[in-house]
Amino acid sequence: MSSSTDWPLWEVFVRSRRGLSHTHAGSLHAPDAAMALRNARDLYTRRSEGVSIWVVPSTVITASSPDEKDPFFEPAADKPYRHPTFYEIPEGVKHL
Amino acid sequence: MTGPSAATGAAHAAALALGDDALVLSHRLGEWAGHAPVLEEEVALANIALDLLGQARVLLGLAGDEDELAYLREERDFRNLQLVEQPNGDFAHTIARQLYFSVYQRLLYERLAAGDGELAALAAKAVKEVAYHQDHAEHWTLRLGDGTPESHERMQRACQTLWRYTGEMFQPVEGLDVDWQALRDTWLSATADVLGRATLTMPTGPQSGAWSAGAGRQGLHTEPFGRMLAEMQHLHRSHPGASW
Repeated sequence: MSSSTDWPLWEVFVRSRRGLSHTHAGSLHAPDAAMALRNARDLYTRRSEGVSIWVVPSTVITASSPDEKDPFFEPAADKPYRHPTFYEIPEGVKHL
Repeated sequence: MTGPSAATGAAHAAALALGDDALVLSHRLGEWAGHAPVLEEEVALANIALDLLGQARVLLGLAGDEDELAYLREERDFRNLQLVEQPNGDFAHTIARQLYFSVYQRLLYERLAAGDGELAALAAKAVKEVAYHQDHAEHWTLRLGDGTPESHERMQRACQTLWRYTGEMFQPVEGLDVDWQALRDTWLSATADVLGRATLTMPTGPQSGAWSAGAGRQGLHTEPFGRMLAEMQHLHRSHPGASW
């Protein structure tokens, strides 16, 4: 246990309550998955923020690159017909 | 003859003993703040310390005025086990102390929670916290014991060093209706199970008796406890009644 840099990085996802999806909460260092889950519990749910936690090794995440921002995301900007804004949301539907 | 005052006295003694255990171990764990091996572990130890401090506040509140009891008593008036006052040592010592105590505390609180009264209510709530403390200590025991030769050796040494403080946990506490022999047997098998899975050998040597420690419940404490108390009480004694 010389330093935390020996330990892999983990991404933490927390589900704040039933019905919602897991949301990225942050990252932490841990020697293995079981300890990562426990560290996540202590770091990200100590104020009752969650009912479920996922931890994922940061190395398995493939992320889009900032350089590709324009080809990736720009074309969607001027296509408002893709947004479901022409419907009336029925009463009682939450989290849409 | 057992009148209401005798019953109150016994309940008072029980709350004091359990409250002092929680308070003293909480302070010891708090000493890791700023010194833990990694940031994540520092938060984990501080969380456990805060759970214990919460338990201590309720228990000492049952026994009297919590601040007065925590900050204005002399060493000989504390009723905690000698195990919980032992210095943090290296990380392995902290984990061994936590394993021994958490297993004991969980087994004891499970039994108390089945009873009734104020103590049972506290125990029912605390037993969930303590289950996590035990889980945390177990996971570290497994990793240190079954880790590198260095971590194995240090974890084994820590388990052995603290062994002589474990017998005291099974001395009957006034006011607690518990089968202490059965508690000890269950503790021994639970501890042996964890140490076995961690490739550690169960410590040898007396748990209690002439060559072991253990009179904390009678107010006799080990040398490091005085220094710990001085640090814990100094602010309150220097500035009586101070608040923020």
